[in-house]
Amino acid sequence: MGSLVLTDLHASVVTDEGETQILKGVSLTIESRTTHAVMGPNGSGKSTLAYVIAGHPKYRVTSGQITLDGVDVLGMSVDARARAGLFLAMQYPVEVPGVSVSNFLRTSVTAIRGEAPKLRTWVKEMKGAMVALQMDPAFAERNVNEGFSGGEKKRHEILQLSLLNPKFAVLDETDSGLDVDALRTVAEGVNAFREQSAAGVLLITHYTRILQYIKPDFVHVFVDGRIVKSGGADLANALESEGYEQFAPASA
Amino acid sequence: MTLAPPIDLAPRLTSPDPDVFAVPTGREVEWRFAPLDVFGRFFHPIEGAGSVVAGGESEFVRNVDIADLRSSWLPSDRPMAIARSLVQQAVVIEIPRGQVLVDPVTVKLIGSTAAAYQHVEINVGAFSEAVIVIDHDLDRDICGAIVVNVGDGAKLTMLSVVAGDTLAVHISHWHTTIGRDATFIGCAVTTGGSAVRISPSVSYGAPGGSAELLGVFLADAEQYLEHRIFVEHEQPHCTSRVTYKGALAGPGARTVWVGDVLVRRGATGTDTYEMNRNLLLTEGPRADSVPNLELETGDIVGAGHASATGRFDDEQLFYLQSRGIPEQQARQLVVRGFFAEVLGRLDQGELRDSMMEIISRRLGLPEEVSGNGLRGW
Repeated sequence: MGSLVLTDLHASVVTDEGETQILKGVSLTIESRTTHAVMGPNGSGKSTLAYVIAGHPKYRVTSGQITLDGVDVLGMSVDARARAGLFLAMQYPVEVPGVSVSNFLRTSVTAIRGEAPKLRTWVKEMKGAMVALQMDPAFAERNVNEGFSGGEKKRHEILQLSLLNPKFAVLDETDSGLDVDALRTVAEGVNAFREQSAAGVLLITHYTRILQYIKPDFVHVFVDGRIVKSGGADLANALESEGYEQFAPASA
Repeated sequence: MTLAPPIDLAPRLTSPDPDVFAVPTGREVEWRFAPLDVFGRFFHPIEGAGSVVAGGESEFVRNVDIADLRSSWLPSDRPMAIARSLVQQAVVIEIPRGQVLVDPVTVKLIGSTAAAYQHVEINVGAFSEAVIVIDHDLDRDICGAIVVNVGDGAKLTMLSVVAGDTLAVHISHWHTTIGRDATFIGCAVTTGGSAVRISPSVSYGAPGGSAELLGVFLADAEQYLEHRIFVEHEQPHCTSRVTYKGALAGPGARTVWVGDVLVRRGATGTDTYEMNRNLLLTEGPRADSVPNLELETGDIVGAGHASATGRFDDEQLFYLQSRGIPEQQARQLVVRGFFAEVLGRLDQGELRDSMMEIISRRLGLPEEVSGNGLRGW
């Protein structure tokens, strides 16, 4: 059993105007085979949490630590984190003009697995994963995220999740901008991944809607850069009826 | 972007006599960017300079004595006029009328001396179709022209490759005249040499012609690459598309792209668009991009231009790295993708791949090849 452990994590965003602290002491332990939902209002810093785990250069960790199976993550480059078993499904996946999905996926899978998959089995594997997410195989020839609809972008993220098979996956607002059908398809993809792998999942969301399809083991309320309350799946129901106002920081 | 001076609307000065053209001083609009200390060697006759010949003759390719060349082309600057007056041999490529060639005609140009003059004359007969790949000699300093005549209703795709890990100086003028309803697709792939100046120009001999000028260039530290395009629309109902992309890395890497498009009064129904994008991969390079569009008539289908020079997008890098792809490989993928948008416009899959291969090799992809500067950026 592995674990992703965040200990008293402080981080700030670096902009031209200076540095602003966003994460103000986040501690969280995610064990393999468990799903944690982090829920919070806009601007609470939950996307920052996702980026900091993945190692986005815009953010600077000022104190605290992250370990994956006991190994320090913060000292690793972005790509080394991914090869160590971390995955971030992004809220806003980036367009990469001129790079086809199939080339991208194969390069990525080769980097993660440490060897190039055999061409014949690879094509089958990729097509199979696409069909499972109800994606047209012609999709593989398009440029990465270029001209994708919101739903296509999110399916593409989950496609990568299933092919890269990480130890821990962070899903950053994977539900945002999806209609009900697309949400169901994406959620089925995540659930299939959870069943097939021993991975731990950190599901970051603003709404409880996705939790009807992806059942979390734990729910954390995230406000003003820290976790203010933790509980079981039923905590989400309380949030649904009562909103985030009860957790608003005293200063607000 | 540099502010563009207006295009001189007078017909360009052309002459076979080098002395009609003054020795450039660097103050001239067309020489203001260029390193004249390097190109200056071609401003005066070079004693003992030989000629460029085709590496192998074929059914379509011949080396001929310059006295036997029939060409109506006239030089429009001093280096070209000197080269034209001193070159002793010409390479003639002739595609007979009505022939549709399946395989590309590949011509390897070779200079006979360390500095050599060049004249290549390409005649594509009416209603023929051909793909011609010109592989320039970058082991020698070369100055000269490629003159292309695309016959009525013909279709020519011409790739002109100036690549190689050398410090050569190269100046060439590629002039294409497009016949009635003919199609010309010209693609420049420029990655090598220490100082390279290429001037592709297009004119239309009759209505209905179509030109697509593509270009990809990569400049490394202390390398100067200039592309100076001139499209003159003087016939009605012709189209032109110019798409050039460049990437620069390392201190002293320098590129210049000038795109002059002139739509003459009689060229009604013209449809033209030109675009240049440059990607700065490191601190230190400089890219100049100067699109010029002059219209003498408003009775056209469309005319436009775009130019942008930007830095490498770190978000793309983060996205690829977050999928386990190491930083250097991720950078190379992004740059390869940047160029793929241009080369993707070529219909010929194999050629597209081999041009991409040149780019990849220059970027250090795949891992085992190339040891020069762009690898480390």
